[in-house]
Amino acid sequence: MEYIISVLLSGISVGGQYALIAIGYTLVYGILRLINFAHGDVFMVAGLLGIYLTATLPITVSLPLVIILTVLLGFIIERAAYKPLREAPRMSVMISAIGVSYLLQNTATYVTGGQPMTYPTISFLSDTVNLFGTQTKWVVIITPFLVLFLVVCLSLLINRTKVGMAMRAVSKDFETSRLMGIKINSVISVTFIIGSALAAVGSILFFTNYPAITPMSGAMPGLKAFVAAVFGGIGSIPGAVIGAFIIGICETIIKGLPSSWDVSVFSDAFTFALLIVILVFKPQGLFGEAATDKV
Amino acid sequence: MKQSNKNVKIFFGILILLLFVILLENISAFIPGLPMVFDPMSPLFTVLKKAAVYSLVAVSMNLLNGFTGLFSLGQAGFMLLGAYTYAILTVPSNMKDQVYYLFGGCAFKFSFVDLFGMIFGSTGVGGAVSMILGCLLAMILAGCVAGFFAFLIGFPVLRLKSDYLAIATLGFAEILRAIFQWQRLGPVTNGANMIKGFPTFSSFNITAPSGAVILRLSTFVPFLITSICVLIIVLLINSSYGRAFKSIRDDEIAAEAMGIALFKHKMLSFVISSFFAGIGGALFAMYVANAQAKAFTSTMTYEILLIVVIGGIGSVSGSILATFLYVACSEWWLRFLDSELYIGSFKVPLLRNGFRMVVFSIVIMVIVLFFSQGIMGSREIDFSGLFKKKTPIKERKQDQ
Amino acid sequence: MEKTAETLALHIENVTMQFGGVVSVNDLTLDVPQNKIIALIGPNGAGKTTAFNCITGVYQPTNGLIEFMGKPIVRNHPSGRTLKTYKGENAGKYAGESVLSPTPDEITALGIARTFQNIRLWKSMTVFENVLIAKHMRADQNVFSAIFRGNAAEEKRMRDETMELLREQGLDAYKDELATSLPYGLQRRLEIARALATDPKLLLLDEPAAGMNPQETLELADFVREIRDKYKLTVFLIEHHMDLVMNISDYIYVIDFGSEIARGVPEEIQSNERVIEAYLGVSEAE
Repeated sequence: MEYIISVLLSGISVGGQYALIAIGYTLVYGILRLINFAHGDVFMVAGLLGIYLTATLPITVSLPLVIILTVLLGFIIERAAYKPLREAPRMSVMISAIGVSYLLQNTATYVTGGQPMTYPTISFLSDTVNLFGTQTKWVVIITPFLVLFLVVCLSLLINRTKVGMAMRAVSKDFETSRLMGIKINSVISVTFIIGSALAAVGSILFFTNYPAITPMSGAMPGLKAFVAAVFGGIGSIPGAVIGAFIIGICETIIKGLPSSWDVSVFSDAFTFALLIVILVFKPQGLFGEAATDKV
Repeated sequence: MKQSNKNVKIFFGILILLLFVILLENISAFIPGLPMVFDPMSPLFTVLKKAAVYSLVAVSMNLLNGFTGLFSLGQAGFMLLGAYTYAILTVPSNMKDQVYYLFGGCAFKFSFVDLFGMIFGSTGVGGAVSMILGCLLAMILAGCVAGFFAFLIGFPVLRLKSDYLAIATLGFAEILRAIFQWQRLGPVTNGANMIKGFPTFSSFNITAPSGAVILRLSTFVPFLITSICVLIIVLLINSSYGRAFKSIRDDEIAAEAMGIALFKHKMLSFVISSFFAGIGGALFAMYVANAQAKAFTSTMTYEILLIVVIGGIGSVSGSILATFLYVACSEWWLRFLDSELYIGSFKVPLLRNGFRMVVFSIVIMVIVLFFSQGIMGSREIDFSGLFKKKTPIKERKQDQ
Repeated sequence: MEKTAETLALHIENVTMQFGGVVSVNDLTLDVPQNKIIALIGPNGAGKTTAFNCITGVYQPTNGLIEFMGKPIVRNHPSGRTLKTYKGENAGKYAGESVLSPTPDEITALGIARTFQNIRLWKSMTVFENVLIAKHMRADQNVFSAIFRGNAAEEKRMRDETMELLREQGLDAYKDELATSLPYGLQRRLEIARALATDPKLLLLDEPAAGMNPQETLELADFVREIRDKYKLTVFLIEHHMDLVMNISDYIYVIDFGSEIARGVPEEIQSNERVIEAYLGVSEAE
């Protein structure tokens, strides 16, 4: 029983961290129809920034700085690598995203020397707590609440503010919004800023629970978060969050299965199997809208 | 006929190229005192071998992404299937227990090379014949296995739209990678451990009974196989089916309205592309002398995709040219960026391990952003006239 | 009009097409007799192109029956997958039969070819290739014979026929030009040539005169009649250009908001009050 609770707890926590990344994917896809392959690597870079900054600065300064720098990175990536290709075919933009991902990974390898880096201990997150008889870190408890809080804030932003209205308009109809005088580029920038900020928060939570960061650390959580976004219905924020929790929980359950079954290698594969099943049977995801092509 | 005349020219072109490769690899044995570069161990030959292997994979990816407009990212997965099929079928029977020692031997007790050895003998000329036939058969089966899996996965994923197809095929490759590392499949795949001991490129060198090399063919072999495969792909692209693929790429709805069965043709392109990716995977296993699921990551697919983009999406010769440039830069020409360099007592800044890949990815980004046509656009190098454009106007428009 | 299967190229019965709550085509019933030129007209957004898309298999109609040369090609009724109630006059005829919803390429293979309202030529290909590809469907070949050139004779036949077709359509001078580099009028003509290359019995033209100047439009009328006679075709067209429609049509159907509002020979349509109100009046005022 205790074992089940601990598996569930860590599943919810991993799911919450995926959710924060997944929102970035789903927002960008909703607006640009682009799978931002570099988003997982932005998440990885945020992790590395966390390591380097906490080494020299106190936590209270370094963590906000991590978020600010990650936001800046996301903003720059959009301006440098995606904006010039606004009129190009979708495939070109996706290739550019893959190129950015490649660049970030290689740069990270260069900077870290390819060595796994240990994430600093952030006292209030890494402290252990006893819950239902299982030892767990505070971060596991905090994550779902923090995610919920951030999602509520985001929903308010999207549904109640002017920039949120612009975002919704652009995701409905890119061309018409432009004709209506919405500043497309600012809306896209805001989207990337929100996505990157959430990824930075996600990275702090995620890596606190993991021993080390390598330049490839972002790729797999990134892809999984994307799957979560597709699962929930791309473009839908609640969808992405629910999808992420489901994937996080399933993944920890698979990892937690008896080791004699030898199935833990499938914890990643399961996510993709789920993706293919979803795409085949319900391509619009749980909460997405079906699109029709005009002939 | 003009067309057949051109084919003859291409045929001789390839023949001359292959002879040149043999000459290049063996020249240092006949003329002593040549620069280091001609030494069979020099990076030149590593580059040539690797580039020959990657060219095939790049061209097969271009067939799908560039000529059919299907944005698939499953190439590494199909290479993995090919590599394992080849490796499992050609590891000599007497080596199997040693390779699979963790799992108490291999589920496949036989080896194609040994099977042919029973007919042609296992030493001397007979041994060579049985190795060539065994490897060839294993390689074709490697392609078939990859093609068959493409056929299976094609049913669900080929109905998906561009970016969903990309992510689904990427996911499929990751699933394959997990399955091949599963300990339960150990007797077949050797679990997470590598399979080795099968014939590699250097196994094709002709040696005297004493072990001394008479004629090196280790670079010639990948060139030969890649040439044949690329030739078949080019013949396909220039056939009625190739034109149908291009019409799907240009406008799916119009293609369907003109009687081109979308699903059937997409499947055809997907299976053929995967077949050659499978053969490419077998070649890759021969190149690195092992087969290990860990190697076939999505990064490998990205790398091949970037090569295709650099060469020009929709240009076979562009893909090949880009592969050789890409591999030469990453394995040879830009190596110096990875080691610290002193000019006098001045240490050149930035140069240290990993810098090469940073420079490299920046160059790639520049190409992607500012030269989206790549080296060749959708043109081809014409063998009869150097760098002559094939058709008068072929600037592809940027709208879709 | 006569309604025997032998003389009808196309028979559409009670076809309805709904998208969510929007009814684009509502209970449309019409006939297209063989070797005639029939027009479907109506104001913008009346559902004309949707009707074409139902015939060509792009959409599966929510309800209804479509027969081509006397054989059902599309039908949807109670026993079918979509469980919509088909209550047409032929409901009994196909009772118990399953839903038929062929894909566009299967429809084309039966002998229905089409052009598009917003020209859809293959952009990266030449005029010659655009027509040649349309020959692919009917070529006797498989992928192996195509790769290893076992289909050389077939390939030569396809190329010769394409050249012949281009010559007949007066496009041979442009054969190596990129299709999209042609002037607009010629692009329309190329689209028709490409459709003809699929050996159709019925040709659907979606606004063939759109974007043409008066001179080109005039020529188009003769051209459509010419190809009808030459290739023994039936032509079913959507058109906005009233002069053209009145000039070439044997019979006209008028729809508005997805429903038929009038049918008749050109003279009848010209004097029909409802049509003038719904369509011609607006058109004249423009």
